[in-house]
Formats: sequence, structure tokens, C-alpha cells
Amino acid sequence: MALKLMKGCEAIAEAAIQAGCRYFFGYPITPQNDIPEYMSLRLPQVGGCFLQAESELAAINMVYGAAGAGARVMTSSSSPGISLKQEGISTCCAAELPCVIVNMMRGGPGLGNIQASQGDYFQATKGGGHGDYHTIVIAPSSIQETVNMMGKAFDLAEEYRIPVMILADGLIGQMMEPVDMPNNPNPTMHDKPWAATGYKPGGAKQRAIINSLYIETEDLDTLEERLQNRYAVIRGKEVMVETYNTEGAEYILCAYGTVARVCKAAVRLCAEQGVKVGLVRPITLWPFPTKEVHDAIAQDSVKAALTVEVSAGQMYEDVRLAVNGCKEVAFMGKAGSMIPAAEDIAERILKMRRA
Amino acid sequence: MVERNIFAGFGGQGVLLMGQLLAAAGMMEGKNTSWIPSYGPEMRGGTANCSVMLSDQEIDSPLVTRPTSLVVMNRPSLEKFESKVVPGGSIFVNSSMIDIKVSRDDVNAYYVPCNEIAAELGNDKVSNMIMLGAYLGKSKCVEVETVLEALLEKLGQKKAKLIPLNREALLRGAACIK
Repeated sequence: MALKLMKGCEAIAEAAIQAGCRYFFGYPITPQNDIPEYMSLRLPQVGGCFLQAESELAAINMVYGAAGAGARVMTSSSSPGISLKQEGISTCCAAELPCVIVNMMRGGPGLGNIQASQGDYFQATKGGGHGDYHTIVIAPSSIQETVNMMGKAFDLAEEYRIPVMILADGLIGQMMEPVDMPNNPNPTMHDKPWAATGYKPGGAKQRAIINSLYIETEDLDTLEERLQNRYAVIRGKEVMVETYNTEGAEYILCAYGTVARVCKAAVRLCAEQGVKVGLVRPITLWPFPTKEVHDAIAQDSVKAALTVEVSAGQMYEDVRLAVNGCKEVAFMGKAGSMIPAAEDIAERILKMRRA
Repeated sequence: MVERNIFAGFGGQGVLLMGQLLAAAGMMEGKNTSWIPSYGPEMRGGTANCSVMLSDQEIDSPLVTRPTSLVVMNRPSLEKFESKVVPGGSIFVNSSMIDIKVSRDDVNAYYVPCNEIAAELGNDKVSNMIMLGAYLGKSKCVEVETVLEALLEKLGQKKAKLIPLNREALLRGAACIK
């Protein structure tokens, strides 16, 4: 195992290439510029295409085009840029196009700042664009996990013909950690008989049409039924979650991304004080690990749960829905970019215990 | 062994590189490491710092809120981070640029005239390596030669001629710690 100290953004880009991604369309924005920069160097080396579009809107529609032609394609941006891509994401969902979208979240709303944040949870999981759709949302908490997830993200996208979003906070993009990069010269590609790759009248292949417009009510209903059935399968099969120290815990922390790692440190600090605290870390934010979150918190031993986020409380709502009133769920966090310290999280748990 | 470090200074003083070399050297010696930069949108100037962790255990939180060692290259960094250091921790002060002393008496303070030593070596750019040498002289968490290996990887063979100067800088820094 050859480890390399890599910046998160560069590791994501290399992992995407190892996963067979050959097309990247994007537009610059901090803190994810190292992804397109790296792609602009590496994609031509592997026979791919890097293109800096004239806008985010153009970039996501280039993704639509490449995905429609059956290519493994991705784009990346950061919060304000992801907002600009929402129409295209909705369209990709309607046209059932597989692609990977990386959102390296920064503080918002508006242009906000360029530091790490988790304020785009609602946008990512509840559909930032219009219409009844979902994207699969994966929220890794370390650079290695992000690398391991890239191949999975493309596979899920193609298996279900759905956009997959990697929702990472800016910290994961900017920090460096040792990475064990997979070396995969021949990644498995899914068959895409639906792709628009050229049509010959009288040929064996039917005309492929990539479309998101369904004027007739019945036609749109057919599409929606197909999508919703697919989402039900994804909900049943593709949940990813980590539980840590939850068995018999007195308090349960719930967090994702980098914040979940800070919570792990808080679990350790609480243990030093003799208090058993566990952590549930959703890895897929959609589909949300409703059952796992519920089961961890509903245990008899648990007095209460605490959701920690760098937001004003977004995943908090899904945690409360999962728990469905059976236990108290508190919230800790602030909108913007202030990441709570492990010491403060531990202190909050100890305070809840004294109350 | 868990080392939680903050390296801080002006942009351009090489504080991010110091941290990167330490993290890379730690990795090469089989430790778990992480490096987190913090800086503004400026290309140069402004303040910069990085959090570096080295550990025999898995690193849970890579954020350093209570450093075991603080390395400061300029005065605003000392004033900003001094109070965060754990009792019994170490503060390394670039005394060429910082005209005040560490105000706490529950930490170990080391004063290293980085820019003066760098001038003696004939290249002001190695002041960060002198400071990194001082840090290594105290913490002994990685070998000087491993740091040079990490530096060579970063520079590439074309700039290998810079290694002896940097070795000298690291050793001069280490010699400042008694």
C-alpha cells in the first residue's frame, strides 16, 4: 500500500479518473478549484476531455449532453455555483441521466464566505431544483472515504440512471491526509442501451431519445411512477451509515462529514469523564438512514440525542423525523462556518446530563 | 503519541509548507497525519496558519483547537493562539520578528531567531526550515532526514541542490533547543 499525502480536491479528481470518469465540465469557484485544475492536467493524459465552461449553467448542461451520450461524466462546484446548476440537475433527473456532481460546501446564503459549511443539506437532499426528484447524496468524512466513494458514486449513478451528489464540506477539499489511491486501469462500465450514440434508419438499434419534456399528463405520470418506484428501491438497498460506540450508550450524537469526526473526538472526551456516548453518522444523506438513526436513539439506555451540524439545523429535521418523538433530540451548531470544537460538544453532553 | 500543532505566520513565511513537510514526514514514518490550512483569499500577505496532527492512533478530529505545540513566525499569531496551547505544551517563537515574550508560565517557550540564522546561511527563505528544525529538536516526532525526503519529493530532482541548505537550516534550528 503506497500512501500519498494528498489534498482532498486532488484526491477526488484522481479517484474519479480511476473510476473511469473521462469528461469534466465546470466553472471555477473556491474552495473546489483544485478539482478542475487537476482535471485539466490529468484528463487529456488519459484521453478524456476537460472543458471550462462559460458558466455553471453551461457546465451542467454539458454534463447532460455527455451523460446522454453514455459517457462517465462529472462536474464540481461549491454552494453558490451548485445553486446555479439546479435547473440542470432537475433536468438530468427527469431525463434519467447518470452523472456525479461534487459540492464542496462553503458558507452561505448568497456568496457567503469561502470556509467550510454544511448549509446545503436541504438543497441536496430535498431537491434544490423543481419537481419531484431525488439525487443520491453521499457525505464522506475523510479524504480516504471520499476516494473510496467515487467509484461507488459512478456505479450507483449508472445502475439507477440518477445523478449522484458528493456533498462534502470545504474542509475535506482543502485538507491533506495520507491516501491509498486505487489503481484501476479498466473500471467496469455499465451497458447503456438507452444512450444516444447515433441512429441508422433500418439498423438494429432503436432511436434513443433523451428528453425531460412530457406534455401529456399520462406521460409525465408514467415517468414519475418510474422514478418514484426507483427511489423506493434505492431507499431499501443503498443506505450507508456508520454507527460508533452506540450499543448501550447514554447519549447519541448525530453528525455527518467532518463534523462527525469532531463528534468522535467528543465521544472520546466523554468516555474519559465516564459517560458513554455513541455516534450515528449518515454516509448517505439521501437515502437517509432512518431506521439506523431511530434504532440507535430509541434504545432504552439512551437519555437523549444531540445533532451537530455547521448549519442552523437541517439534518436535525430528518433525525427528529426518524426518532418520531420517542426521545428528545437537541441541536448544536451555527449557520456559517463555525465548526464546533470537540471540547464544546462534550461539554454540551455533560451539561445535558446535569440538567 | 499524539501531536497537535498549529503553525502560524504571515502569508509568504512558509508556514503552510512547514506543516505539509511535517505531515508528509509523519506519513513516511508510518504515523497517521492530517494537515488543514487556513488562510484568506490573498495570494500573499495576510495571515496564514495550518493545523497538523501526528498520531499513532486513528485521527478522529483533524481540527486542532488545543495545540500541544504552537509555532509562530509573527507577533499577531502569538497573540492570537498563545492562550489555546495546553498547559505543559510548547510555544516556538520567531524572535527575529516577535518583540514580545510568551506571557504564560505554564508552557515551555523557545525563542528562535529564525531570520537572523537564515541570513547567516545566506538565504532568508529558509527561516521556516530553521523553525521546523527547532520544533523537531524539541518534539523529536520525526527524523530530520525524513523531512528532507519529503522536501525532495515536493521540490523534484531538478531542485535537489537545495537539500544541503535545508538540512543545514533544520540542524541549526534544532541546535537552538537545549
